[in-house]
Amino acid sequence: MVGGNINLKKRFRFGEFIAEKIIKGVSFISFAVIVLIFIFVFREAAPIFSPTKQTSTTNTELVQETYGEESSAASETVTEQKNKSVESSGSEGDATAKNLLGNEWQPVSENPKYGLLPLIVGSFKVTFIAVLIGAPIAILAALYTSFFAPRKLREFLKPAIEFLSGFPSVVIGFFALVTLASLFQNLFGYQYRLNAFVGGIALSLAAIPIIYSVTEDALSAVPKFMTEASLALGATKWQTALFVVLPAATPGVFAALLLGVGRAFGETMIVLMATGNAALMSIDFFEPIRTMSATIGAEMAEVVFGDTHYNVLFFIGSILFVFTFILNAVAEFYVRNKLQKKFQGTA
Amino acid sequence: MKKKIIGWMFVFSTAAATLLIVSVIGFMLFEIIRGGWGKISWEFLTGAPAEGMTAGGIFPAIIGTVLLVLIMSVAAVPIGTITAIYLSEYANRNSIFTKLIRFAVNTLAGVPAIVFGLFGLGFFVQFVGGGIDKFISGDAQLHWGQPNILWASLTMALLTLPVVIVSVEESLRAVPRDLREGSLALGATKFQTIIKVVLPNAYTGILTGAILAVGRGAGEVAPILFTGVAYFLPHLPSSLSDQFMQLGYHLYVMSTQSTDVEATIGIQYATALVLLALTFLLNFSTVFLRYRLRAKAI
Repeated sequence: MVGGNINLKKRFRFGEFIAEKIIKGVSFISFAVIVLIFIFVFREAAPIFSPTKQTSTTNTELVQETYGEESSAASETVTEQKNKSVESSGSEGDATAKNLLGNEWQPVSENPKYGLLPLIVGSFKVTFIAVLIGAPIAILAALYTSFFAPRKLREFLKPAIEFLSGFPSVVIGFFALVTLASLFQNLFGYQYRLNAFVGGIALSLAAIPIIYSVTEDALSAVPKFMTEASLALGATKWQTALFVVLPAATPGVFAALLLGVGRAFGETMIVLMATGNAALMSIDFFEPIRTMSATIGAEMAEVVFGDTHYNVLFFIGSILFVFTFILNAVAEFYVRNKLQKKFQGTA
Repeated sequence: MKKKIIGWMFVFSTAAATLLIVSVIGFMLFEIIRGGWGKISWEFLTGAPAEGMTAGGIFPAIIGTVLLVLIMSVAAVPIGTITAIYLSEYANRNSIFTKLIRFAVNTLAGVPAIVFGLFGLGFFVQFVGGGIDKFISGDAQLHWGQPNILWASLTMALLTLPVVIVSVEESLRAVPRDLREGSLALGATKFQTIIKVVLPNAYTGILTGAILAVGRGAGEVAPILFTGVAYFLPHLPSSLSDQFMQLGYHLYVMSTQSTDVEATIGIQYATALVLLALTFLLNFSTVFLRYRLRAKAI
């Protein structure tokens, strides 16, 4: 019996092998989806760059433009239907680089203009307002939660603020539309009820929980000995928070900001409901704007599949995708590596 | 002295910022409950919209939302759970494949909802749906190649996939190593260990992931805008190729395109309240589940 058939070598089991391969295969879906999004969003956008698509405009029927005012939502569809007949009769308009870089967005006129600049400016303007207002508040609140709040209060605060991320964006948009818009108009007395400012404030409500949550995590990840060393050297609590912990957590805060920007930039429903949706080129914070995401949301349901307008909307989607993709990638690689190196270096 | 004032101001500003966020949340909740509470009734919850959307209830929108998240869960929860199992049990931390999957999950979580909508339209509706139509009937008529509840649910499933993966993986990692090793030492294979030991110990985590995903899916509107939602339907969806009504979209259309604001404002508030209540109930139940999970672990 000595040295019998004890077999320490791992036996090959067919069932195990298949199970592992299937599990591995299913987990590949996440990556496949990213690739598919790339392919399919770009595929639908690609025709605007092929020269054969350009056709001359022959139709001369004059169509009223109704972009601009918030009340135009209902009449917009009427205009659009009118235009469908125009478009189907041959006037597609070209979407060359020159047209895309123009500063007029009039996709449903008799001579369509697909200038993306006002939309890009609109997106950046409202994101800027949202982050400018939301980021300081979120970072200060994170500092309070992780340093100054009593223990009991802290356990309430974190879930309470993260609770805000559970608000459906359409509800935040609704709140901005019916409550905030009138409130701020009475307060500041500007001309348009719905504008970039109201949209930016509403959007900051979507960005705050993300910035807060990631910042708070970064602050609590700072090693305890750093805080203790600072306090032991005689620094007060606020000096420790401001001059030791916050600098140590900088990469995390930076990542929080990037994620907040990404969230605000891609958000659709809030800006669709609260910014007035007029494609204006201005830097005035109190004028209506139209963002890239809102343009897709408002116009995609009305376009004819496959025409230039449709392709341009997918092109806008590609820009959104690429922009948020880059933000996430930077937040992921650059910041994480830096954070790790920093703490391993000091440890 | 000067330093003391600066310190005091700094602490005060952090407390003020916190108070501001909490009070805005409170104000928003208060406004929506105040505006919508009076309108909530049994008739409102179980009736169909009437008189050109200015009266009646939101029953079809509630049913549409529930169906959407159910079909979505059927797709997202198994795929998410299996991916989480791979990441937690099989993956070699340093292999390129694992890094790719991890990167994909994080990226997926950051893709704007409206881009998912575009993808759903380009891929599910036109490529897959259109492909099925061509295969079945030549391209004579559109049946699957147009927006419907199946394509909307699948689009939403992709959006909620990272939520499931992150949550389930967390709960799998919380299962103590001793249990796995005990099982392996008794001669169970790796797969048997996962099925019979790890998963039963992580089921609250899987449930939490599913509920979080449902809460997210119930509240999103952008991905379904052009993959299947409809403004008004006289009947409930009866098959996967039907369109459907949804609470969030109902609220959006009512509040932006209603011609008679006076008549519909009550309905708008009440719809917002129902949607909010639905997502909060789901979120609260996950807090409860996590609490139980933690209590069990100790």
